Amino acid sequence: MPPDTQAAAAAPAPRPTLADRLARNYVWRSIFRHGYADTPRNRVLQVAGNVWLHLHPSKIRRHAVRFRFTWCAGGLTFLLYLVTVVTGVVLMFYYRPTAEYAYWDVKYLDFDVPFGMIMRNMHRWAAHGMVIYIWVHMFRVFMTGSYKPPREFNWVVGVVLLTLTLLLSFTGYLLPWDQLAIWAVTVGTNMARATPLLGNEGPLGPELGVTPRYDARALLTAGTVVGAPTLLRFYVLHCIVLPIFASVLMMLHFWRVRKDGGISGPL
Amino acid sequence: MAEATPAPAPAPAAERKADAPATLSDKIHSWPYFVRAEFIAGCVLVLVLMIWSIGIDAPLEEPANPTKTPNPSKAPWYFLGLQEILVYFDPWIAGVVLPGLIIVGLMVIPYVDINPRGNGYYTWSERKFAISTFLVGFIGLWLGMIVIGVFLRGPGWNLFMPWDYWDPHKVVPLTNIDLPYFLGIRSTGWAMAFGLLCVGGWLVGVPAAVWRWKRRAEPMRQLGPVRYAIVASLFMMMAGVVVKIALRLAFNIKYVLVIPNILNV
Repeated sequence: MPPDTQAAAAAPAPRPTLADRLARNYVWRSIFRHGYADTPRNRVLQVAGNVWLHLHPSKIRRHAVRFRFTWCAGGLTFLLYLVTVVTGVVLMFYYRPTAEYAYWDVKYLDFDVPFGMIMRNMHRWAAHGMVIYIWVHMFRVFMTGSYKPPREFNWVVGVVLLTLTLLLSFTGYLLPWDQLAIWAVTVGTNMARATPLLGNEGPLGPELGVTPRYDARALLTAGTVVGAPTLLRFYVLHCIVLPIFASVLMMLHFWRVRKDGGISGPL
Repeated sequence: MAEATPAPAPAPAAERKADAPATLSDKIHSWPYFVRAEFIAGCVLVLVLMIWSIGIDAPLEEPANPTKTPNPSKAPWYFLGLQEILVYFDPWIAGVVLPGLIIVGLMVIPYVDINPRGNGYYTWSERKFAISTFLVGFIGLWLGMIVIGVFLRGPGWNLFMPWDYWDPHKVVPLTNIDLPYFLGIRSTGWAMAFGLLCVGGWLVGVPAAVWRWKRRAEPMRQLGPVRYAIVASLFMMMAGVVVKIALRLAFNIKYVLVIPNILNV
């Protein structure tokens, strides 16, 4: 144990240090109720008494700390999600989801808004990074057998979160309203045309009276082509509906990691 | 924050393997060990992301123009595996059935993999079937198809090597024929019967034969008929995608079974 730790853990020194003055006053103690000395009790309180950190258990299995074991994949996926939320809110201040303005608002962000370009860059690269990192996370969880009892259901929640991540990224892909955006989304949504029973080109679709105006694809694109109504629909899905679903399921996912006794291994 | 007590040195690899459950129950304080690791990993990631974002701008092409279709038109890169499968299967199979099966197939993994070993540590020898199936599906099919779709598909969705010029007028002869025709069956009825035999045999016949042959073996007994049926169907469908791709690339086979207006596979 280093000397300063020993001093702090021992009985109060006769002359308080600067750190003592900072961390022993009335205001500080009203916010943080435990001392800063590195004692086992304070280590537990540091986690249990902090609303952000109490997501973690106060004691944790050794392998959960090992980068070689986890690759930090789940945590970094969540961090990338938070980056997209923060930068996404900044972008929303400058962006109007209409066919007239959308593209030019993005141009304005790129060339005139202070730090607009780096906000948009970080939003896009973090979104792509989230797709990659959630795959890394799924790979790690599979390879360590962490979906095995008691974590069967949390794996299912994770698969839904993977799907939501892909949908979040896909709906965001349309918003710059450039050639890349509308044609990628046109290719993607064209698949829905072929849905069995519900698509106008799917098996038994036309036989059931499904038309291009009223089928699974029209539900996604709000019309027969990717146009202005699609942009608004994708914007609302991207900024409100999907983030709410994803956030709620993330809470469930993290809570269950705690309840199932950590990230891996039998209970 | 005072300097933390150093954690005891981790056990050597051989010892860890032998007593995996004992190591799993070994616990340490989250503060500082875990929070510190998270903090450092988060800082590194944000730093890399910021440098990346300073150096590389997000793409922005010409304004959206519904009258000007680019060639090739590609879906977002993470869906290009599905777009690539479109080469080999009809849209409703490649775009609706297969993605649905991927999601459902992933979800049922914990309920059909009843092997109690390999819970919470890396191992190959204790989970050979589960890991090899996952690697073929995830790395081979999912990510492999994305790589082909992103890097090797050019105008007309034709195959181009990275050093090839993307010639928009490249002509590829359409010589694909159905498997029954390839084997000399000329009547539509017999072709359909042969196709049904092939697809039915693959999805039902082979798993049923394996069940009859091996059902008294210990792993099969533990699995039981219901879980076996789920595992076998999903496995044979995934393997079927590989077989169909191989048939197309090797023999230019278009479909194995054709039922007009209903199902072509």
